Amino acid sequence: MKKVITGNHAVSYGALLARSQVIAAYPITPQTQIVELLSEFCASGKLNAKFIKVESEHSAMTACIAASATGARTFTATSSHGLALMHEMLHWAAAARLPVVLANVNRAMGPGWSVWTDQNDSLSQRDLGWIQLYCESNQEVLDTTIQAFKIAEKVLLPVMVVLDAFVLSHTSEPVDIPEQTLVDKFLPPYDLKTKLDLSAAKSYGALTNPDHYFEIRYKIQKAHDEALHVIKDVDNDFYEHFGRKYGVVEAYRCEDAKVIVVTSGTISGTTRGVIDEMREQGRKVGMLKQKLLRPTPVDELRSILYKAQKIAVIDRNLSFGHSGIFAQEIKSTLYGLAGAPPIYDYVIGLGGRDVTPDDIREIIDNTFKAESPRDTIIWRGVRL
Amino acid sequence: MRFTVPEKELMFPGHVACPGCGGALAMRFALKALGEKTMVVLPACCWTIIDGPFPMHSLQVPVLHTAFETAAIAAAGVKAGLDIQGKNDITVMAWAGDGGTLDIGIQALSGAAERNDDIIYTCYDNEAYMNTGIQRSSATPKGAWTTTTPEKTPKSEPKKNIMEIMNAHRIPYCATATLAYPEDLINKFKKAQSIRGTKFIHIFAPCPTGWKMAPDLMIKICRLAVETNIFPIYECENGLNYSINIKPKNQIPVVDYLKPQGRFRHLIQKDIEQIQKSVDFEWELLQYRASRDFTKSKNIQSQAKK
Repeated sequence: MKKVITGNHAVSYGALLARSQVIAAYPITPQTQIVELLSEFCASGKLNAKFIKVESEHSAMTACIAASATGARTFTATSSHGLALMHEMLHWAAAARLPVVLANVNRAMGPGWSVWTDQNDSLSQRDLGWIQLYCESNQEVLDTTIQAFKIAEKVLLPVMVVLDAFVLSHTSEPVDIPEQTLVDKFLPPYDLKTKLDLSAAKSYGALTNPDHYFEIRYKIQKAHDEALHVIKDVDNDFYEHFGRKYGVVEAYRCEDAKVIVVTSGTISGTTRGVIDEMREQGRKVGMLKQKLLRPTPVDELRSILYKAQKIAVIDRNLSFGHSGIFAQEIKSTLYGLAGAPPIYDYVIGLGGRDVTPDDIREIIDNTFKAESPRDTIIWRGVRL
Repeated sequence: MRFTVPEKELMFPGHVACPGCGGALAMRFALKALGEKTMVVLPACCWTIIDGPFPMHSLQVPVLHTAFETAAIAAAGVKAGLDIQGKNDITVMAWAGDGGTLDIGIQALSGAAERNDDIIYTCYDNEAYMNTGIQRSSATPKGAWTTTTPEKTPKSEPKKNIMEIMNAHRIPYCATATLAYPEDLINKFKKAQSIRGTKFIHIFAPCPTGWKMAPDLMIKICRLAVETNIFPIYECENGLNYSINIKPKNQIPVVDYLKPQGRFRHLIQKDIEQIQKSVDFEWELLQYRASRDFTKSKNIQSQAKK
């Protein structure tokens, strides 16, 4: 059934169709509509879930972790400061190997207060063991939310579905909402093998001395290695059920491209249009949309980007004192490949400043013209 | 005399508590009361250690360890997860120290109490951060030495009244208990188990290590705390109906309680007189609260049950 819905409501429908059993959430702009609609689903009986209206995001993540440890399917949504407040428990979810699914609406961190989009909130949680998937459209948001549960439960890692504030969260698009029966076929009930259970008086998360701790961390990394395959399998499986797939990265018109623009989130949509326009003018330019940040899809990134002459990475984020974070990711992925193309790091649109087709055109033009890459950030749109 | 403490043990003797630990004995009694259909949530506290390092585990019920400030919501999350799977006959108990309850965990505890989440929340109160090596918490009594309130500047603020904070949430059941009165303690856990909603049990659980006293004085100091009215044993239903469960026959001066504990050895006569005054004041206040009979007001009783 097609419906015109916002990105936020696309998340809600995803969590509904996945038959989330325990939801715990706290309001924060621009996420709030996700849990408002889920509250209505619970109130009307459309969704049979326990909804814990917690007093903080820290408690929201804790409730999901604890419920997940009993074998329940759990979901929460947050944004920005809410995600930052969860930080300690985001570590806990990953290290406890619990398949919690979280939707994060990318919103800039204060101060000054901002409700508008950039990626520093989710990227600050990059190194914790969570799988991170960045979405471009409302359809992708809904589909990825459903996929997230399947991925999480297969590899026992938590999954973060990421969407841009307002550009997706509050923007309506036509979205195909799958049939429940089909989603049920795709995503069977959650069956956690090792869980809090009276039949076995086990303790979970106990004091772990240096004889055991290291191996537990090693296994998280192994789970990420496995996740790379599982995410692709789940995407293919999703395609067989619903006729849509996204890939861990998407190479858009990258064949014979001299310049490849690396994007994530909604900037991909803006870039897509510019690429089409420039291709019509005979410019050899393509786009690589990085949907999956963790685990890093190394093979895909290398095989696509290696063929370009130049790479322009668009970062709506910044690791202060270094550079854009996706640029760091791409640089480390290509490091050591003989003849790898130079990488240009464009930082743009922090705090929700609009990123227009003109900006993308300038970035591409600048990259074509540039002689050798500078080690420094190339700022776009900073008013000095 | 009939022995009413259940004989079944749900705690192995091989735990790693210090000698004379009040917190260890409190868990043993609590589990005797609650039985096998119980799950325990442990935030960072002495019990993180006492239960044993991985792969050891000294309790015969499942335990979920969680972060310091999350005991109440983790228990509520476990309960919600079990309930939605139809496993609604399991008692879920959060078991936290005084730092985890009165300080860092009070936000999550207040949240759970406001929602009336169906859990038993136990605070085993040893009146300081003992697991990190005796630092003051908001449960440390006025005048006490800790490593962060040295003898020259002992704690200058009175102990936070967590029972009144919890009573103000009008949760169905709040109670104090201590180890010198195991039957009272066990009865309170059984009562808590029979009530739906948030139950709060505050256990006075001495730490001989941190209180600088002989381990074999643990039970005696519990009894002295009650007989001096330092730690009255009472309960409160719906935040309204107070009852004092153990009434000391003769009030003993607080000095008898303070003297065996090294943490109070720097106190001078004037300090002890002040402590006596404040204990007398609190005791009178509690007696006044317990004397109010709301059961006669049908209106208040029916409101309280909402």
